Parts: sequence; C-alpha cells; structure tokens
Amino acid sequence: MEIASVKCVMNKDTLNIEIEGDVDHHTAKFIRSEIDKAIFYYRPKVALLNVGKVDFMDSSGLGLILGRYTNVKEVGGVLKILNPSKDTEKILSLAGIERLIPIIKITKNAN
Amino acid sequence: MKKVLTNSLSLKLTALSQNESFARQSVCAFIAQLDPTLEELSNVRIIVSEAVTNCVVHAYKKTSGDIFISVKCYSDRSVRIKIKDRGCGIDDIEQAMAPFYTTDTLGERSGMGFAIMQSLSKKLTVRSEKSKGTSVDIYIKLGE
Repeated sequence: MEIASVKCVMNKDTLNIEIEGDVDHHTAKFIRSEIDKAIFYYRPKVALLNVGKVDFMDSSGLGLILGRYTNVKEVGGVLKILNPSKDTEKILSLAGIERLIPIIKITKNAN
Repeated sequence: MKKVLTNSLSLKLTALSQNESFARQSVCAFIAQLDPTLEELSNVRIIVSEAVTNCVVHAYKKTSGDIFISVKCYSDRSVRIKIKDRGCGIDDIEQAMAPFYTTDTLGERSGMGFAIMQSLSKKLTVRSEKSKGTSVDIYIKLGE
C-alpha cells in the first residue's frame, strides 16, 4: 500500500509538482526521486510544489523540500511552495522555511 | 487531587521505515479516547513520527532491532509517551538536539527532529547510553 503519491507536469516554464498523502522518512525517498527526475529532465525556471493535498508531514518533509530547493537552484530555477495546510505550515515555520522559499496560498471557492 | 494512571498502551515493533506511519497512527488512535483537539492530535502524530524515525535512521542504522513505545494516560489529562530503542546510542545528546544538526547529511535529514519534538511537547527528556540505546520521554498535557 502506498500512502503517498506525486505528480509532475510541465507547463511552459513551470514545473507543477503535486504531492498527495503522507510525507515521512519512508515515503520521502520515492517522492524525492520522482521530483528529481522531473527537475533534471525539464530544468524548469519555476518549480511549484503543491502541498495542498499533504495529509501529514514531519521533519523528513523539511529535508525533502530543502533538497529540492537546492536542485531547482542548480538548474537555474526557483522553488515555490503552494497551499500548505495549517499543520504543514507549522512544520515549515518551525524551520523558518519561509525565509528561504516563498509560500503561496491560493484559496479556492467551494462549489 | 492526586493524579492517577487511567490507561496505558505498550507496543513493540520492528524498526522499519514502513512502521513509522503505523506507530504514529496507533498512538493517536489510543489518545483519541481522551478527546484531544485536532491540534493536540496533530502534535502527537508529529512527535511520535520524529522519535520513531530517529530509531530507524540513527539507532539501528546498520543493524535491525525493536522499537518500544509506551503510552500512559493520567486522570489530569496528561500523557507520557516513551519511545525506546536498544540501538547505538547518542554520543552527545546536546549536539543531537541542536536545530539543523544531523549526522546523516546524505540521507537529506533536516536535523530538525528533536527541535520539533521539543517545541510540540510540554517536556522532553532524552536518555542515552553508548551501544545500549536511547529513550525519549515526552510529557504532554491536554487542554492547556
């Protein structure tokens, strides 16, 4: 049973990365390799990491994000984090991630 | 009023990364009986995940072994969670607990595990003995 999944879609200059499920030490290895494949293949100007569907994240997620930040920078792009939940944001702010990586929040209207 | 032990749980599980999710979910399911807030539950989920991950990544890095989890609930809505291993032990606890310190840079560890556990619990005690193992004691008070 997989408790996490990741989707990477390139659109113009932007690599849209969407993680779903739990990001912990166990799932981080797989998520990391999927994202890195896309980063080094597409070499995007912007990598948008959508964490809106992340149900759980611990410090392994911080390692994952910081590692991707470095890799996106290496190909000449910038990493941005999209739609963290309250719980995810708590972990991000404990490490001061927002000082390094822009966090964008887009609220969707319920329909 | 004297606080009394009202409920307890003991779990022993193999130190495998696929058990990290089981461990945090089990402890949360047990604590749910105390009617915690969503935020309190989320904090426990993270604390347990960090401590169990430490056992898998650091304590038993070259060997295999067991993780012992015990949860004790008290009448004053305080909870003690103990997460213990019989792994390699920590050389310098103070250094290990410092934010962003990690010995496992290749594994992309953030070094924030202990700092996060500390900030989400009321009290955290770490005991460790070289080659004997490590025990992390977490004290939480619900409804504060």
